[in-house]
Amino acid sequence: MGTFIQLVIDGLSTGSVYAALALAIVLVHSATGLINFAQGGMAVLAAYFAWYLTNQGVPLIVAILLSIVFSFALGAVVERWLMRRFERGDPDTAVVVTIGLLTLITGIAGWLWTYNNQQFPSLFPLDTVSFLGVSVSIRSIGTTVVIVVAMVLLQALFVGTKLGLALRAVAINPQSAAFSGLPVGRLLMVGWGLAAVLGAVAGALVAPQLTLTPGMLDNALVYALAAVILGGLTSPVGVVVAAWIIGILENLAAVYVPFIGHDLKIAVPFILLFVVLIVRPQGLFGRKTVVRV
Amino acid sequence: MTLLELEDVTASYGPVQVLEGVSLSVPENGAFGILGANGAGKTTTLRAISATVRTGGRITFDGKDIRGLRPDQVAALGIAHVPEGRGTFGDLSVRENLRVGAYLRNDRKGIDEDIDYCLDLFPNLQERIGSNASALSGGEQQMLAVARAIMSKPRLLLLDEASLGLAPSTAKNVYDAIRRLRSESGIAMLVVEQNANLAFTLVDGATVLETGRNVLTGTTAELKGMDEIRRAYLGG
Repeated sequence: MGTFIQLVIDGLSTGSVYAALALAIVLVHSATGLINFAQGGMAVLAAYFAWYLTNQGVPLIVAILLSIVFSFALGAVVERWLMRRFERGDPDTAVVVTIGLLTLITGIAGWLWTYNNQQFPSLFPLDTVSFLGVSVSIRSIGTTVVIVVAMVLLQALFVGTKLGLALRAVAINPQSAAFSGLPVGRLLMVGWGLAAVLGAVAGALVAPQLTLTPGMLDNALVYALAAVILGGLTSPVGVVVAAWIIGILENLAAVYVPFIGHDLKIAVPFILLFVVLIVRPQGLFGRKTVVRV
Repeated sequence: MTLLELEDVTASYGPVQVLEGVSLSVPENGAFGILGANGAGKTTTLRAISATVRTGGRITFDGKDIRGLRPDQVAALGIAHVPEGRGTFGDLSVRENLRVGAYLRNDRKGIDEDIDYCLDLFPNLQERIGSNASALSGGEQQMLAVARAIMSKPRLLLLDEASLGLAPSTAKNVYDAIRRLRSESGIAMLVVEQNANLAFTLVDGATVLETGRNVLTGTTAELKGMDEIRRAYLGG
């Protein structure tokens, strides 16, 4: 029983990292209809930025906060000076542009900081605490808590503020939003900025465990995309739940299903995805898109 | 005093020119109609004003040239466009739709008062205030679209086919409310309408477009008296 609870909590923690990345993808998708494949790459860039600052003697928490500010600006710049050029064209072109951006960022990071693994300091102590007789890693709890807090803040922004209402309006109908005087371009920049911030939080939390490399979040991106599909592109809550399910199942299967083990655990979310999509093509929590003719 | 003036306005979607030269003017507190068949360029004329199509010619609002502005900048000048197809925010509640309409305002008290005014103008919206706009009937959505435009406290309302797809009695209700709005608020209106009978209950004058040009302009009384208008638009 002790091992089981440990595995669930560790799974929740990795699942939270996928969830943050997945939410960032949903955020951009709801605003622009695009899947941003560079979301993980942008987060890695933020993590390098924080790592560089800590090497210059900046305290870790300050470095991470600065990297969050950097990410917001990066997201806004990418939207304004790169993605907007492709806004009115074929959406497929824009998606390919994001893949190109991922390749570019990975290349630049490798060129600046090499492809070697760099140690990224952890925000949380590497100890365990005893909880109801089970020892649980503080890092796993901390990671989960930070990301849940980030999501709650984001939700509060969207539901409780004028800026959030404006962001939702632009996502639903940019033309009507403009007719009401909403500065659509600037709001899209804010949307991309917020998505990049979520990614940066995920990157800073997972970097100590994975060690920092230019491709650090490539796997996480694949899991995040699985969560996005599984949860349904239109449901932020669904996406988070799906990411947790993926994180937990992956951990449990590795230990309890001898046939799978640590080598094959990467296949687990995809088998799940496959089964879900056969039964519910719109995802577990997504809505069917109905096109009226 | 002229509030809005279009002089020889052209407009094109890519290589396709839709407006060949449209001129009209809307006086302060006035209401002016645009009539014409499908494809004559009625909707495009409104889009030219709200800067959602590429234009040539001259468009002045309150004496200022507004060509070349972005749609949100045009809205900020006090021009509220109620687009064809209503353009409500489906996943937002009725109240949220109205708040989006008031985006450029910061007078919280005034906004609340205007929401109350809209609900008084369109009582159907009162009971749907918490529902998502996508759950409303066509008539209610049209009412919401007009109400959202009112929330920006505009000086000019661009109204595109407010009766489209509505049952005759519903369309009449919508126009009754808009007429009441006009007399109570003095907001100027530029009204595109297929149903000339309805339009003539609201506007003081109108122009008839054919293939992107004005072919006839006059006061409501003059137009109603003309045989060709009666035959083409008034069903008799």
